[in-house]
Amino acid sequence: MIRESSLVAEQASHREVVPAGDYWIHVLQAGQTLRILDLEGNQAADTLFYSAADPAERYSAMDTIRHQGNLYLTAGARLMSSEGREMLEITADTCGRHDTLGGACATESNTVRYALEKKCMHACRDSYLLALMKHPEFGMDKRDLTHNINFFMNVPVTAQGGLSFADGISAPGKYVEMQAKMDVIVLISNCPQLNNPCNAYNPTPIEVLIWD
Amino acid sequence: MNREVLYQDLLPAGCHWSFRIGRGQVLRLIDEQGGANVGMLLYNADQLLDRINIPDTLKCQHSFRLTAGHCIYTDMGRVLCSIIEDTAGWHDGMCGTCDAALVEQRWGRKTYQQARNEMYRNGRDGFLIELAKHGLGRRDIVANLNLFSKVVADADGNITLAPPAPAGSHIDLRFEMDTLVVLHTCPHPLDQSSEWPARPVRYQVFDAAPLGDSDICRDHCDENRRGFLNNLHYHHGACRHHGGGH
Repeated sequence: MIRESSLVAEQASHREVVPAGDYWIHVLQAGQTLRILDLEGNQAADTLFYSAADPAERYSAMDTIRHQGNLYLTAGARLMSSEGREMLEITADTCGRHDTLGGACATESNTVRYALEKKCMHACRDSYLLALMKHPEFGMDKRDLTHNINFFMNVPVTAQGGLSFADGISAPGKYVEMQAKMDVIVLISNCPQLNNPCNAYNPTPIEVLIWD
Repeated sequence: MNREVLYQDLLPAGCHWSFRIGRGQVLRLIDEQGGANVGMLLYNADQLLDRINIPDTLKCQHSFRLTAGHCIYTDMGRVLCSIIEDTAGWHDGMCGTCDAALVEQRWGRKTYQQARNEMYRNGRDGFLIELAKHGLGRRDIVANLNLFSKVVADADGNITLAPPAPAGSHIDLRFEMDTLVVLHTCPHPLDQSSEWPARPVRYQVFDAAPLGDSDICRDHCDENRRGFLNNLHYHHGACRHHGGGH
């Protein structure tokens, strides 16, 4: 569902461009709103959320899907935790559909999906791991890497049970916005995948904006 | 295939259990009554951080539905197990598991004080209890399998639980590495039955036939051939002392 935001970029309390292939880790306070802006279009932003008070409580794709009875995320979606609590709500979305089935790319999964020679291509889960290693204050490691959201990514499922990574439906300037319902750690990998259309074969920067 | 059953047991309705199974063994699960749901998590028994990854499993086989021919992958690009037989036809991996709040909201409360071992349990608590036996916990709960449960999506992404497969359906999981199996028989989280719908499941363990020149799972797609190569590399390096297997 397309729903535009009334928030003005110039009034944001924090703005930061995350280059292609980089990570971003940040604590979002309850009540703050986060916008992820697809600057150049068709750029997957692989995103995880953890309760800042208790990071073992984290975003649960399964509980979110079950709670809304639908596989895709858009405005109005409540992002649920592994403990059945609402972590964030998507309050605006100019893209219309986001994926939470496909997970994040990894060097090991690239060896299966594409070829053994792809094993050293940069991947989201390498970014996640580096983010967690560089930020020991969160006390997290590989054990905490779970099933993420792929903002701006399109992974349609057919009635027959097929699943594919389709061309993105995002475009330059599209954004998704979500309001935190609890203090959350946000962990984003700005996806470096070059082997499928999730980034239109050309990873590009995103911008993150926060309003208090 | 040598069908000599090495071990078998019944997991009662709405219960939880865990055990280790060896590389080269088959776990057959039988839904004797029809309408069972088996929530299942899988971990490499020797490296518990190497665990089931449903997104990797679905995307490398381009399938939302899991059935015969498919492999279940770890997050390290290895094959945990292969679905070598399946008479149910469709198993879910995306809906997670019921928790205490969901069970109470849908079927009410039945406590131990009231009902002794007929109490209503839930999948999440069952997973937590079994995981804790192996030094694991909340951080180790990832997307689980819901065996015998078919979940279909329409063009808009709306999901529904389809009617169950016939009584007596079975699925055979051939393990490709030594694995910790954690499972429960609590209802699927989309089950809208008015009565508590938990059903028991029988499970059997037997030795797998050696891997042949062609194999329904390894040769299902190039991705699975590469997954099996990753296992070969892993077993060369990590488990030489185990020998055997296939």
